[in-house]
Amino acid sequence: MTIEELKISITELLPAATYEEGGEWLTINIESTDWLPFAKQLRTNESLYFDYLFCLTCIDWKTHLTMVYHLSSTKFRHNIVVKSKLDKVDPVIETVSNIWRTADFNEREVYEMFGVHFKNHPDLRLLILPDGWEGKNPLLKDFEDPVNMIKL
Amino acid sequence: MSIETNNSQASKAPPLEGLGEASFPGQIHETPGGGIVLSKLDDVINWARSNSLWPLTFATSCCGIEYMAVAGAKYDFSRFGFEVARASPRQADVIIIAGTIVNKMAPVLKRLYDQMADPKYVIAMGACAISGGPFFYNTYSVVKGADHVIPVDVYVAGCPPRPEALLHALISLQQKIKSGLTREQIQVPKPASGGDLLNQIK
Repeated sequence: MTIEELKISITELLPAATYEEGGEWLTINIESTDWLPFAKQLRTNESLYFDYLFCLTCIDWKTHLTMVYHLSSTKFRHNIVVKSKLDKVDPVIETVSNIWRTADFNEREVYEMFGVHFKNHPDLRLLILPDGWEGKNPLLKDFEDPVNMIKL
Repeated sequence: MSIETNNSQASKAPPLEGLGEASFPGQIHETPGGGIVLSKLDDVINWARSNSLWPLTFATSCCGIEYMAVAGAKYDFSRFGFEVARASPRQADVIIIAGTIVNKMAPVLKRLYDQMADPKYVIAMGACAISGGPFFYNTYSVVKGADHVIPVDVYVAGCPPRPEALLHALISLQQKIKSGLTREQIQVPKPASGGDLLNQIK
């Protein structure tokens, strides 16, 4: 499907979705509470069939966080980007690890690096960081490490 | 002993310092029917060791690519006795730290070094191995120089160093071994001790 066709069918699924212009792929902004039912529809809808989550990451904007999901369909070869704004103090979003298996590790990485809490994740613990790093999220912009880092 | 050659270019080229027969430690006294070599056993051992240094296959980032180039046909460090890279620390004489060492890698590097048989030598290749690096210095996860973990004999500057620079470092290490000036040769034997960093991690 082209970007315009994707836009039409996604607006049917989720009328509240807004779109960003100018990207290579269709970029969709949604509310974090809409994410789980929306993700299920993206995966199961016969004409969309987004069966591959090829990137899951997070951005720290200092005022808020943004979750970014890159989805692809191996059947139709179309891609979309889904973004969702999260609260800086208490970032919570539903897990999609039961929809796309790869999200399991990706969400654990976002959890340790940004402190995002994924609701209903089966095994939410540190992935790469050694023990003792719970609660310290090194990719947040306000992360401080006076021993190893020079404050710029 | 002299070798006659038809290649005029080869005979014109000056002998490389620290290389080949010319650097054999000792004097050869020609006598009828043979010759007598006078030397010190330590010097001969150092000479032999310096010409057969097998590096450990160890690379943690982009310097590793340059290290592979030096091992390849174009630069070919086996010309200088760094014959084959060994995948086991038990068979390696020298570890070339090619890349960034992060806090999680530090205990692994220490263990690899401890597993190598004496005498063993260390080359820190590139800015990351020397000081934490130009890019990753200001990070929670990077060791600010591999010499916080294991002692280093030769440092090579660069990001990454040119293959020629690494060859120069390897030859410098050979010269250091021949003159008996590496850390191992000078130090009084004692149990291997790492840097202060490892204790901090534990």
